[in-house]
Amino acid sequence: MSAITLTINGESKTITAPPMKRLLDVLREDLHLTGTKEGCGEGECGSCSVLMNGELVNSCLVPVLQAAGANVCTIEGVAVEGRLDAVQQCFLEEGGAQCGICTPGMILATHHLLDKYPQPTMAQIQEGLAGNLCRCTGYKRIFNAVESCAKKSHA
Amino acid sequence: MRSNVSQYDLIAPGSLAAVLNALADSPGEFTPIAGGTELMVALGAGRLEAKKLVSLWGIPELRFIEVSEDAVTIGAGTTFTDLRRHPVIASDFTLLAQAASWTGSIANQNRGTLGGNCVNASPAADSPPALLVYEAELTLISASGARKVPYGKFHLGYKKTMLRPDELLYSIQLKRNFSGYVSYARKVGTRNAQAISKVAIAALARVHGGVIEEIRLGAASLRETPARLVATELALTRRSVDAELGPTIAAARTALAGECRPIDDIRSTAKYRAAVAGNLVEEFLRGL
Ligand SMILES: Cc1cc2nc3c(=O)[nH]c(=O)nc-3n(C[C@H](O)[C@H](O)[C@H](O)COP(=O)(O)OP(=O)(O)OC[C@H]3O[C@@H](n4cnc5c(N)ncnc54)[C@H](O)[C@@H]3O)c2cc1C
Ligand code: FES
Ligand code: FES
Repeated sequence: MSAITLTINGESKTITAPPMKRLLDVLREDLHLTGTKEGCGEGECGSCSVLMNGELVNSCLVPVLQAAGANVCTIEGVAVEGRLDAVQQCFLEEGGAQCGICTPGMILATHHLLDKYPQPTMAQIQEGLAGNLCRCTGYKRIFNAVESCAKKSHA
Repeated sequence: MRSNVSQYDLIAPGSLAAVLNALADSPGEFTPIAGGTELMVALGAGRLEAKKLVSLWGIPELRFIEVSEDAVTIGAGTTFTDLRRHPVIASDFTLLAQAASWTGSIANQNRGTLGGNCVNASPAADSPPALLVYEAELTLISASGARKVPYGKFHLGYKKTMLRPDELLYSIQLKRNFSGYVSYARKVGTRNAQAISKVAIAALARVHGGVIEEIRLGAASLRETPARLVATELALTRRSVDAELGPTIAAARTALAGECRPIDDIRSTAKYRAAVAGNLVEEFLRGL
C-alpha cells in the first residue's frame, strides 16, 4: 500500500491504496466519485475519461501512483457551484445525453477539445471525441452540442 | 478475469538515475511502465506477468525533443501528443507525425509514448515503420553506460528486442536529411481512431528523371517484427516511374509476395494483408 496525495477537483486528497490500483477505481471506490464510469476497462471507450494536469486520459489505464501530485478533474468538478457549466448545458439542450454512461467522458473530452480549438471544425470535433463511444445518441446530437457550445462562447 | 492489484508493486523513483539503479540492483525484477497503455490493458485482462514495476511517467530526462541542425533526438518518454505538437516533427518527419496522429484516440496519445511503442515491439505498431524508413538510431541506457544501435537491428523476433533487463530505451535519433524525398503513409484498419492496423506502410522515395534512385518501405503486420521490405526496395531501385508503370508494379508485387509473411489473426487474414500490401505499394508508386 502507498499513501498518495493528489488534487481532485481543486481539493487535495490523500488516499492509501495499492500503487497499481487504477485511478478509475480510486475515484469510484476510495473517493466515492462515481460520475466517472467504466465501460471497457481497456482504453477503447472513453467512459472513464478525466483530465489529468489538463490532459484527457483514460483513468482505467492510469495506475494511481502515476497520478501522485497531479491535478485531476472529474465530471464532479465541472459544474460551478451546483450549476451546469456551458458544455453540460449544451449537451442538455441539444439532446447530447441519453442513458448517460458516455456523458461524463464526453463532457471532459469536449472541454479538452475546446481548450485546444475554441472554434473546432467538424473534423476536429470528430477526432477529439473519437475515443469516446456512445451507444445511444448516434453522435449527431453530441456533435451539435459541441458546435453549439463553441458558437455560444464565441458570441 | 481482472487481476488482483494488491499483488502488484509499482515504484516511482522519479529520476532516470534512480530508475537505472533499481534495474541494476535487482536484474530482471522490475518492468518499466511509461504511459501504461499496453501494460494497464494487460493488467485489466489479468495477463500482466510482471509483478514489480518501475514508473517512467513524469521523468523529465526521458521526455524531450531536441533539435539540432542535422538531427532530432526524441526522448523515449515523449508522448504521441508531444510529437504531434512539435513543429520540426511536423515539417521534417511527416511519416512519424502521421503515425502519432493515428495511434489510438486523443486520450491514448496523451499517455502513450514512442519508447513504449518500440519496446512493446508489436509487429502491428504504427511508429516502427516510420522509424525504420528514417533509419533511426536508438540509444539504450543502463547504470553501466549507454550504447547506440541502429533501429533496424533492434527487433530480433516476435516481440523480442535487443534490450537487456537492466536497460531502458533512452532516445530515438532521426537525421534531418529527407527534404528531397516523396513520402507516403497509409494505415488500413477497421476504423481510423483506436483500431490497431491490419496492414500499414510508411515509405520514402527519391526520384530523378523519372527513375527511382532510392526507395525505402517500412511495414507493419507483414512480418513477425516491424520490417523494411528489402527485396521489394531492391526490385524497385533504378526502375522507371514514367508513363509505363506496368512492369515496375509487377516487379514490386512479385518481390513483395516473396518477402511478406503475414498471418491470420483476429484482425484480418494473411491473404487480405498480402493483397492490401501490394495495393498500398502500387498506390505509392502511382503517386511518384
Ligand atoms: C485503445 C488503444 C488503442 C491503441 N491504438 C494503437 C494504435 O493505433 N497503434 C499503435 O501502434 N498502438 C496502439 N495502442 C498501443 C499503445 O498505445 C502504444 O503501443 C503505446 O506506444 C505504448 O506506450 P506506453 O508508454 O503506454 O507503454 P507501456 O504500456 O507503459 O509500456 C509498453 C512496453 O514498453 C516497455 N517500455 C516502455 N517505455 C520503455 C523504455 N523507455 N525503456 C524500456 N522499456 C520501456 C514496458 O516495459 C512495456 O513492456 C493502443 C492502445 C490502446 C489502449
Ligand atoms: S473504461 Fe476506460 S476507456 Fe473504457
Ligand atoms: S448516452 Fe448512452 S452511451 Fe451515450
